[in-house]
Amino acid sequence: MDFRFTDEQKMTAEAVEGLLADLCQASDLRRLMESGDARDEKRWTALVEMGLQGALVAEEEGGLGLKPADFVLVAEACGRAGLPEPLVDNAGVAIPLLADIVRATGAGADLLEQALAGEITVAAAHPVNAFIADADTAGAIIAIWNDELFVVTPDAVELVRQQSSDPFRRLFTLAARPSSAVVSLPLSEAQAYLDAALDRGALFSAAQLAGIAQRAVDLGVAYSKERMQFGKPIGSYQAVKHLLATAQVKIEFVRPVIYAAAAATPDRNVFSRSRISHAKIMASEAADLACRTSVQVHGAMGYSWEVDVHFFLKRALALASWWGDARFHRARVATRVFGHPLGADQTFPKG
Amino acid sequence: MDLTYSAEENAFRMEVRAWLEANVPSAPLPSFDASREGFEAHREWERKLSEGNWGMVTWPKEYGGRALDLIQWLIFEEEYWRAGAPLRVNQNGIFLLGPTLMEFGTPEQKARFLTAMASGEEIWAQAWSEPQAGSDLAAVRSTARREGDEYVLNGHKIWSSRAVFADWAFGLFRSDPGSERHKGLSLIFFPLNAPGVRVQAIPQIDGETGFAEIFLEDVRVPAFNRLGDEGQGWHICMATAGFERGLMLRSPARFQMAAKRLVELYRKHEAECDPAIRDAVLQAHMDAEAYALSIYSTASRLIAGGKIGAEASTNKIFWSEMDIAMHRTALAILGARAELVRAAPAAGEDARWLEGYFFSLAGPIYAGSNEIQKNIIAERMLGLPRG
Ligand SMILES: Cc1cc2nc3c(=O)[nH]c(=O)nc-3n(C[C@H](O)[C@H](O)[C@H](O)COP(=O)(O)OP(=O)(O)OC[C@H]3O[C@@H](n4cnc5c(N)ncnc54)[C@H](O)[C@@H]3O)c2cc1C
Repeated sequence: MDFRFTDEQKMTAEAVEGLLADLCQASDLRRLMESGDARDEKRWTALVEMGLQGALVAEEEGGLGLKPADFVLVAEACGRAGLPEPLVDNAGVAIPLLADIVRATGAGADLLEQALAGEITVAAAHPVNAFIADADTAGAIIAIWNDELFVVTPDAVELVRQQSSDPFRRLFTLAARPSSAVVSLPLSEAQAYLDAALDRGALFSAAQLAGIAQRAVDLGVAYSKERMQFGKPIGSYQAVKHLLATAQVKIEFVRPVIYAAAAATPDRNVFSRSRISHAKIMASEAADLACRTSVQVHGAMGYSWEVDVHFFLKRALALASWWGDARFHRARVATRVFGHPLGADQTFPKG
Repeated sequence: MDLTYSAEENAFRMEVRAWLEANVPSAPLPSFDASREGFEAHREWERKLSEGNWGMVTWPKEYGGRALDLIQWLIFEEEYWRAGAPLRVNQNGIFLLGPTLMEFGTPEQKARFLTAMASGEEIWAQAWSEPQAGSDLAAVRSTARREGDEYVLNGHKIWSSRAVFADWAFGLFRSDPGSERHKGLSLIFFPLNAPGVRVQAIPQIDGETGFAEIFLEDVRVPAFNRLGDEGQGWHICMATAGFERGLMLRSPARFQMAAKRLVELYRKHEAECDPAIRDAVLQAHMDAEAYALSIYSTASRLIAGGKIGAEASTNKIFWSEMDIAMHRTALAILGARAELVRAAPAAGEDARWLEGYFFSLAGPIYAGSNEIQKNIIAERMLGLPRG
């Protein structure tokens, strides 16, 4: 038993954090928003050059063969920075899903190769999501129409934009069945891969939410030290201290759940699913509370467009229902709680 | 105690209902924040209300009201929200300044300002906050210098709701240059198109405008525009804030209608919902009723001659927290579609929940932040030592 990240895991995350500290400041976010571009090419190129797109794909399939626990801190860092580009869903969810499909069907290998090389991104539909994120910039789309799953190139689909309140989310639905496909198979045959994708999606969303929560608290703390009212920094008032401290307590008690969920994700059993869902539910709550708290601590500033908190508030709201909302995940926790042994010796059950 | 409406009250309700059914615009008006056109459409609606003497039913008849009591006002509000009538673009005027003018204004001031306010001819903004004076309102620095029969106004106001299109503002100014804190302040009205006034919109959390900064440079107004005595500004503002928090700003009907819509949303999606959501929906209903009952009881007390006190602060906390909870519950029901804005084809009318959610987040901030209200409750209601 050793509940610590390895030096390598920490180094990977620190490298991403360092890059984002350079290239993903709030001013960078605002610049991208004003340009209307889908991505910041400089930042995206730098991220691609880190080679993380193959992180979760097996080495024999051209990836790095890393585990979710190796990627979870990267996802958290992306959340904290409010990264607009789809590093987490691309590398953490969609590319490994494509790899699963390619392995099962023998088709689509060239798309996987391009994705691993960072030449294209992969966008994936999933029954639990109402939309496909970042489909407009993807070179390969895993699409669902009725009970069929397709791997398609962008020319085969007609996308309908579904505007999110988060200015950086690019959500789409399909207007029609894909006109052609590299792979097509009944949804039922892809179920195991979709289930695995869901677990990764929920886990990494939880990690991003924890990062968002921390960023919201950090912004609130920084402002409360600066903003003076009644001759003192507002952070000196207990009411303000307690607001921020309460949010921080939530964050402290979701991080270990997320990390343990990351370690358990490869188990693919009722316990790992429950733990991922636990992480997703609590991370959504922590981010929701932290963002609302940050707005409150900023006063009217927090309700203005000028202060950055709203970027995080909106991302938190979006991710709360992305890869399964609270209802969905509560049901998975219920399956574990009401159907399996409980108690003090059941913290790390084996399936 | 008698919790039944009198025959007269029931008849009044029917009268209000009939008038609203005949007059409420069938399509919702465009937002009064987003465009001049939307603002003017709302002004037009205010004019229509006042033609029927429905603008402020509690006001004396001479100023366009009906001299009715607060229970009838609550009935009017219930019918108003039930009918889905437009938001009141002149809310800062009719709900806040109006009652304050009634209490502190001279007969000439009342005659000059109240009728034009009730008819929507003059729409008001509140100009109290400054960049350095938010919760600490007594830190205002904007000045009013007396010169003969005039005041010369200078300074910088911020967060003034609807000031972008409004006609007048009531501002808090330091009229005694040597004064500090609560002393030496005066409440003074100024036209927002006066020479020396510059209004600049501030985009809100959703990117839309809704409040504004007001820059004042040697703006001259007659001394007639001062409400109450010179130096009495703080006292008057606190009375206004009492109306704002206590009663007028957020009538229960608003939340009861939101709770009703929430129950309808739940029913539509019942099959996808779980006990946690169901409980939150029931809670929304109970909270909205508790708020309504509390306001009915306050109204009865005020009619009998009581005064509004620190419980104004408890109201403000209760409705603002309830409003957030209701909207969060609606977003939980909408699930994946919660994040969509109105422009998204898959969002439709449901996007109003997200819009309402964003606005609900401002509730614990404006009209005196909830932290400040809690201090007031602790110190003035519960008698705890001051921090
Ligand atoms: C949507 C909206 C509309 C508004 N409309 C108007 C308007 O029309 N006219 C107008 O004049 N103003 C308006 N305001 C401004 C509003 O009155 C102020 O936002 C409010 O007074 C708080 O001030 P502030 O924003 O400067 O926050 P601050 O006073 O800086 O407060 C920041 C945080 O510190 C906390 N805090 C501050 N002091 C203390 C303390 N002593 N103890 C504990 N906690 C403390 C606050 O509770 C808050 O959480 C509006 C605000 C909003 C959001």
